[in-house]
Amino acid sequence: MTHTLKDGGQVLNVGMLARVEGEGGMHIEIKDRKVVDVQLNIFEPPRFYEGFLRGRHYTEPPDITARICGICPVAYQSASTEAMEVICGVQTTDAIQTMRRLLYCGEWIESHALHIFMLHAPDFLGYDSVLEMAETHGDVVQMALRLKKCGNDLMDTVGGRAIHPVNVRVGGFYRMPALADLMALRPELERGLEDALAAVQLVSTFDFPDMEQDYTYVSLRHPDYYPLERGAEVVASSGVRFPVAEMPLHVEEFHVAHSNALHARFDGEPFFVGPLARYTLNFDQLSPRCQEAALSAGLTETCRNPFKSIIVRTVELAYAFEEALRIIDGWTDGHAPSVPTWPRAGEGVGASEAPRGTIWHRYRVNEAGIIEDAQIVPPTSQNQSSIEMDLRTAAEQWVDLDDHALTHRCEAAIRNYDPCISCATHFLDLRVKRS
Amino acid sequence: MTHHEHHHGPAAESAGGIEPASGPEPGAAREQAGAAEPGSGPEQGAVPEPALAEAAKPAPAPASAARPKLAVWKFASCDGCQLSLLNCEDELLSIAGAVHIAYFPEATRAVVEGPYDLSLVEGSITTPEDMRRIHEIRAQSGTLVTIGACATAGGIQALRNWADVDEFRSIVYAHPEYLSTLDTSTPIASHVDVDYELRGCPVDKRQLIEVLAAYLNGRKPRIPTYSVCVECKRKGNICVPVANGTPCLGPVTQAGCGALCPTYGRGCYGCFGPQDTTNTASLTTQLVELGMADADIVRVYRTFNAGAPEFEAAGNAVEAGGAR
Ligand code: SF4
Ligand code: SF4
Repeated sequence: MTHTLKDGGQVLNVGMLARVEGEGGMHIEIKDRKVVDVQLNIFEPPRFYEGFLRGRHYTEPPDITARICGICPVAYQSASTEAMEVICGVQTTDAIQTMRRLLYCGEWIESHALHIFMLHAPDFLGYDSVLEMAETHGDVVQMALRLKKCGNDLMDTVGGRAIHPVNVRVGGFYRMPALADLMALRPELERGLEDALAAVQLVSTFDFPDMEQDYTYVSLRHPDYYPLERGAEVVASSGVRFPVAEMPLHVEEFHVAHSNALHARFDGEPFFVGPLARYTLNFDQLSPRCQEAALSAGLTETCRNPFKSIIVRTVELAYAFEEALRIIDGWTDGHAPSVPTWPRAGEGVGASEAPRGTIWHRYRVNEAGIIEDAQIVPPTSQNQSSIEMDLRTAAEQWVDLDDHALTHRCEAAIRNYDPCISCATHFLDLRVKRS
Repeated sequence: MTHHEHHHGPAAESAGGIEPASGPEPGAAREQAGAAEPGSGPEQGAVPEPALAEAAKPAPAPASAARPKLAVWKFASCDGCQLSLLNCEDELLSIAGAVHIAYFPEATRAVVEGPYDLSLVEGSITTPEDMRRIHEIRAQSGTLVTIGACATAGGIQALRNWADVDEFRSIVYAHPEYLSTLDTSTPIASHVDVDYELRGCPVDKRQLIEVLAAYLNGRKPRIPTYSVCVECKRKGNICVPVANGTPCLGPVTQAGCGALCPTYGRGCYGCFGPQDTTNTASLTTQLVELGMADADIVRVYRTFNAGAPEFEAAGNAVEAGGAR
């Protein structure tokens, strides 16, 4: 897939980056062993959600925005419900927030298990897919499928459906799941927690390339919890912290010619959202068991090697199991599923921690409850500059590898992000040009 | 098994196919192979259990004795329908044993060249490039099955069909000139012949397995074409519009989800699209009686299957003449 250009440069071309969600390409140009240009091209066609949300009713975004992504619909549902509740001026109950967190645990489990084992692990083990991996690592694949299924079962039980849950509304839920149905999930969740903790050790034995990056990390933060369904504020490794409502003041989106997804800057600089940022900024909020698992897997309290995101993701997977069990054990029947809401003119921001990183929505609604303006900022969009930065570092560091090996490294560097390109446009063709 | 003149080759001969109820006409693949009758189908519009075992067992050996080659393609979509395939945790390894997953970028880097015996297509056509690509895929595919509301009705992104796309571009993007996109989002069947369409946003994984099992066994998929109401009755749900006055699209929506929304106490919002024979005019009257304003009724018809002809006509009628 290499061809030589007229000027003697070279182009590596991978038709489409695999094992990511959505479609895109990348372009790397190398001249005299120097990387002169790196572009992540997201060519997933735009679907214009922000356009057609105008004129819809304030109760509709949880169902509509879920359809931006089949892999993380709950992230969209949580951020949009929160934004609308801010606008309506209603406070949900602790029970509702707890149930949102439980639903979100289901999404973290399903999405992280999918990415860790089915999309990312094959890179480290030298396979093209999980199906090939199944021939030699049958027990790992069986475990992965079991773990993933736990997440789906949790989403089915709380949300009504694993993809595009139907039970989420502005103000809470349509129906609270019954304790008995949640308890029925307990044995598998307990087994899942043990498996996930063992998986942290397993993935820590992979061979990690040396690459440390000086990212500006951004994440939600909550005084009581590791951030998930919401946070109390936004924190950055630069030391900046502010309430979620001020997100639009710090994050600026802009449009570049080579991508159908908007790029973003945080206080004028490229930044990084996702598991590495969450972990580094919230290590103290992990459970003692997960902290111990992380440290015994060789991580420190901060992690700046993007390839090690697979370990961090597995720590978060274990954490989601632990949280799910904790929530179920503290649950009782009889909580009201929702609080009533009425439309009110205003503007509001809602944010949550999608498996891939902070996602936030901003809406402006009129007094009749009709949406006048919508802005949806998914993690992959915000991470595009960091992805390009990693690609540049990877291409510079491994410039002497042959084209095939370099291509594979660069693809893996992108998969570190678990990029969701469907989200970011609301993927990847690799071209390395050498001269 | 094939009725497409334009694709011959090994793929077309080597595997079993899905036989539609009648030969599909180009651009109109709303066959939905209606096999099940109300009352006769399995519970919840689900697949009879043997289907799984059937899917798991190797295909009745095609002439070449090779497993049929499966390809999964994506157009404008959310990946949810393909994810439904990966979500078949209990069946995934059996499926991979019964078919050769030859092209499925979301799951594997490996690419096996076409032609393919069975193509599953997710997503709608929204760019000039995709308009071209779908023809190539059709030419390389023995049997082509569209999965989900995007591929069968244009998806939520078909809302652009009622709007000024230039305005949409400028709302979202600072440089609309960087984008190449069509003014419409259209289903796959508007561009090429489709052998079978599977509804849902997302598709129901039990139905997806049934379609694969049917393909492997050279028979029609047993997918119900009756309404969500039938699923409610079977489940013993209380009718949400009758009991609670909650607006519900169940009476005009095709079964398949197991009447999820009413089970959770909310009205159906039509994510499986119109059933084969709908009476949307009657439903519109009922929505009015439940107190909905015209604008609200229009929005109800215009969601994930806004581009399905029956829902499109119903919404347009209310918009043009009022529901009263
Ligand atoms: S039909 Fe629904 S679930 Fe399937 S790809 Fe389209 S938006 Fe996603
Ligand atoms: S909207 Fe209707 S078809 Fe879709 S899940 Fe709900 S009840 Fe089923």
